[in-house]
Amino acid sequence: MTEKDVIIIGGGAAGLAAALACRERGIKDILIIERNAYLGGILHQCIHDGFGLEKFNASLTGPEYAQRYIDLVMSKKIPYLLDSMVLDLNAKKEILVTNRQGLHHYHAKVIILAMGCRERTRGAIAIPGTRPAGIYTAGVAQELINLKNYMIGRKVVILGSGDIGMIMARRLMLEGAEVLLVAEKLPYSSGLPRNINQCLYDFDIPLLLNHTVIDIKGNGRISEVALAEIGKRGGIIKKSKRKIPCDTLLLSVGLIPENELSRQAGVILNPITGGPEVDERGQTNISGIFACGNVLQVHDIVDNVSLEAEYITEGIIDYLQGQLKKHQAIQIILSNGLRYVVPQKILTLKDTIFSFRVNQPGKKKTLLFEENNTLIHKTFFSRVNPAEMLRVKLSSEELENIKRLTVRLV
Amino acid sequence: MSTSRKNYDVVIIGAGVVGCAIARELSRYHIDIAVLEKEADVGWGISCRNSGVVHAGFNYEPGTLRAQLCVEGNKTFNELCLELDVPYKKIGKFVVAFKKEEITELKRLKKQGEENGVEDLQIVGTDELKRMEPNIQGLAALHSPNTAITSPYGLTIALAENALKNGTAFFLNTEVTAIKKNNSVFRITTPKKTFTSAYVINSAGLFSDRISRMAGAEKYRIYPCRGEYFILDKNTSKLVNHLVYPVPKAGYGGLGVHITPTVDGNILLGPSNEYIKNKGNLSSTSKVMKMLVSESRDFLPLVSNRDIIRSYSGIRSKQAPSSEGGFWDFTIGESRMVENFINLIGIESPGLTAAQTIAQKVVKIINKKEKLKISSKFNPFRKGILRFEAQSEDVKKSLIKEDPDYGEIICRCEKVTKKEILEAIHNPLGARDLISIKYRSRAMMGRCQGGYCLTRIIELLKEKFHLDPRDITLKGNHSSLLTGYRSNEVKIS
Repeated sequence: MTEKDVIIIGGGAAGLAAALACRERGIKDILIIERNAYLGGILHQCIHDGFGLEKFNASLTGPEYAQRYIDLVMSKKIPYLLDSMVLDLNAKKEILVTNRQGLHHYHAKVIILAMGCRERTRGAIAIPGTRPAGIYTAGVAQELINLKNYMIGRKVVILGSGDIGMIMARRLMLEGAEVLLVAEKLPYSSGLPRNINQCLYDFDIPLLLNHTVIDIKGNGRISEVALAEIGKRGGIIKKSKRKIPCDTLLLSVGLIPENELSRQAGVILNPITGGPEVDERGQTNISGIFACGNVLQVHDIVDNVSLEAEYITEGIIDYLQGQLKKHQAIQIILSNGLRYVVPQKILTLKDTIFSFRVNQPGKKKTLLFEENNTLIHKTFFSRVNPAEMLRVKLSSEELENIKRLTVRLV
Repeated sequence: MSTSRKNYDVVIIGAGVVGCAIARELSRYHIDIAVLEKEADVGWGISCRNSGVVHAGFNYEPGTLRAQLCVEGNKTFNELCLELDVPYKKIGKFVVAFKKEEITELKRLKKQGEENGVEDLQIVGTDELKRMEPNIQGLAALHSPNTAITSPYGLTIALAENALKNGTAFFLNTEVTAIKKNNSVFRITTPKKTFTSAYVINSAGLFSDRISRMAGAEKYRIYPCRGEYFILDKNTSKLVNHLVYPVPKAGYGGLGVHITPTVDGNILLGPSNEYIKNKGNLSSTSKVMKMLVSESRDFLPLVSNRDIIRSYSGIRSKQAPSSEGGFWDFTIGESRMVENFINLIGIESPGLTAAQTIAQKVVKIINKKEKLKISSKFNPFRKGILRFEAQSEDVKKSLIKEDPDYGEIICRCEKVTKKEILEAIHNPLGARDLISIKYRSRAMMGRCQGGYCLTRIIELLKEKFHLDPRDITLKGNHSSLLTGYRSNEVKIS
């Protein structure tokens, strides 16, 4: 068994930022475990720009953004394992890793979960029809095209208006494929407004809201999908059904935090975020296991992943130095218009960043933090959108002596 | 048999579980056997599209072939799986009654089972059922401890590989288009080549009616009857310990939507039961998808849409027309019209359980006419691909030491190593479609459905066989995964 102070599972955006922040705060004994042959995770296949606007005040591509962190990790000589898969994680913070050199046992004082997320599949959303070739999740298509130089199809329908789906719509157009349409079952897009403009409208790709794929045809390769409009009460409008011949169906229907290891260790997961339930320091129910990035909650911007990873390292230092004193816990109650909040609980007093997602788009909204109808904090947003995470910081002074914090959007 | 005027003594049409079992049984003798399969791999029909249940045999009318062959098949199934290195778990089954009236039916099933020779059947009350299946709701249940589960495609592949090793020739992508008989020699035409043989065994499942007519034998009619399923995430594996079935409805051509644990730790919901027109229509339908979840919830309320990872469907080859419903008995025997042409018609459930006993019956038919000579070289044993994930830590360590490919996980969900994928890619039958690799290694069968490993497997396939991207297929002809390289001018390898 090899002992470490901090082990970070995952060497993507979250893991790299967490490692660097830990090192900057003086932690020497760190190990990053990465299953791929390179650090940087999914960023390498995201060759479009728009990364780093908040973090670096520059519009970088995914690989460029990753490289900035990789260079720092290298220069600071932070140890990492590549091509190494964590097979087991338990509540004692013991880890079993496999790679071509063998099986390796580790134990760490602190484990940082930074495993990212995976894509929801056709199977999980149970689209009726046959099961031919030519149905890809947007991320897999992105990997095949951008990293492996393959072409996946010529006549493409995209279901779901997640960001990767829209980015792939543009990518496929640039490669000479015909993107027929993007169908979104909700009345609004689940991606960022800038992607709707730059990836769809600039390329004359129609975005059909309130539409979904209700059938798939083809035995070898997909030959056709049936598209239909969704009515006000959520049912399919039968008259609206139409057939769209195509050779490819791309799915961008959601991301799921990848918490198989967390579950194995007994980490309690939140049914809405799909990530661990954490306190104000990103600590899970298991003492010394922390989480950040897309494994905790799916982010829309990588900059926020990096910021979240840096943020949780404050608590990790306190934990390692034994300075985590438990105050009276603050209960957080979500009300009007909010889908979730992270952290789900507050155990100690500190400046705390809250992340929210709203239920529906809206304009001129205010987020109110109250206790027994007494206003503690408010933040105004000129527009809110389920695709855009809201992040609000409350100071320790504001949070002091509070027992029940109610948050609502008005 | 004299082989002077023909290439094979026996040609078997159809490499489903039954066709492959017949090939293996016949390969115990000194004869030349060929198996012709229209698909790119064995077992792609109903053999890979069922519940994977080794039935005890209480559902079938006493005196029928289905009852007899199922009960016998059940008793020897474990041994078969041991010989062939195929998963087998005797987890037992409950048929659950929700209403008082249904208890009468449980009693009838028990009596029928006992008449068929099924052992240890017992009717248990609410408390006993609750004790053994805490999540199941029901009034009473018939408990059948001898019902088991297996891997249906795993068994089909194993039977084929063992038959191959014992000298049987397999021809994949070989669809039979005509059968003629001249001077006691069959000429079997396929787009690739023409085969000649003394015997033809028609185990073409859904298309066995067509093959029989093609040979000028009996004009059977097969009615396709689709069953749809859902596969649930392995997180649900602790929801039930046994197979859980409702009481079968009279005149229904299936056993009802049931909860089936798989040997790999998933749960299956299904199947539905719907006569369809087109034998190739494997669609899942929104209507049935809704029904599968709601009917399952009747006895297992914890089932949730969130646990679904995939759907599939299979098509039963039924002789009973939809107007009649229910089941007809298996038809197994030599054609009365064409000598040495052996028909297997309407082999639906329990065809998997009975695969070996059906095969033995077919061998008996031939043996009666020919004196088959036992081959001393027959080896009944076959080794499957070693599952790294299932080994102890010490074994895992030594495996990686022996071959570092065991240290590299390609499929994260099912924890399949590169070594296992390579073995699947280089399988003895030479099937190299993605589905073939999936059925042999479990890669792509987990909750991410290939999200992580698909690209890696495509790369391995391309590397090992130097394939053009367009020749990497999901499941046979016209199922290319890729349309080429991103830029057709610049080919980067």
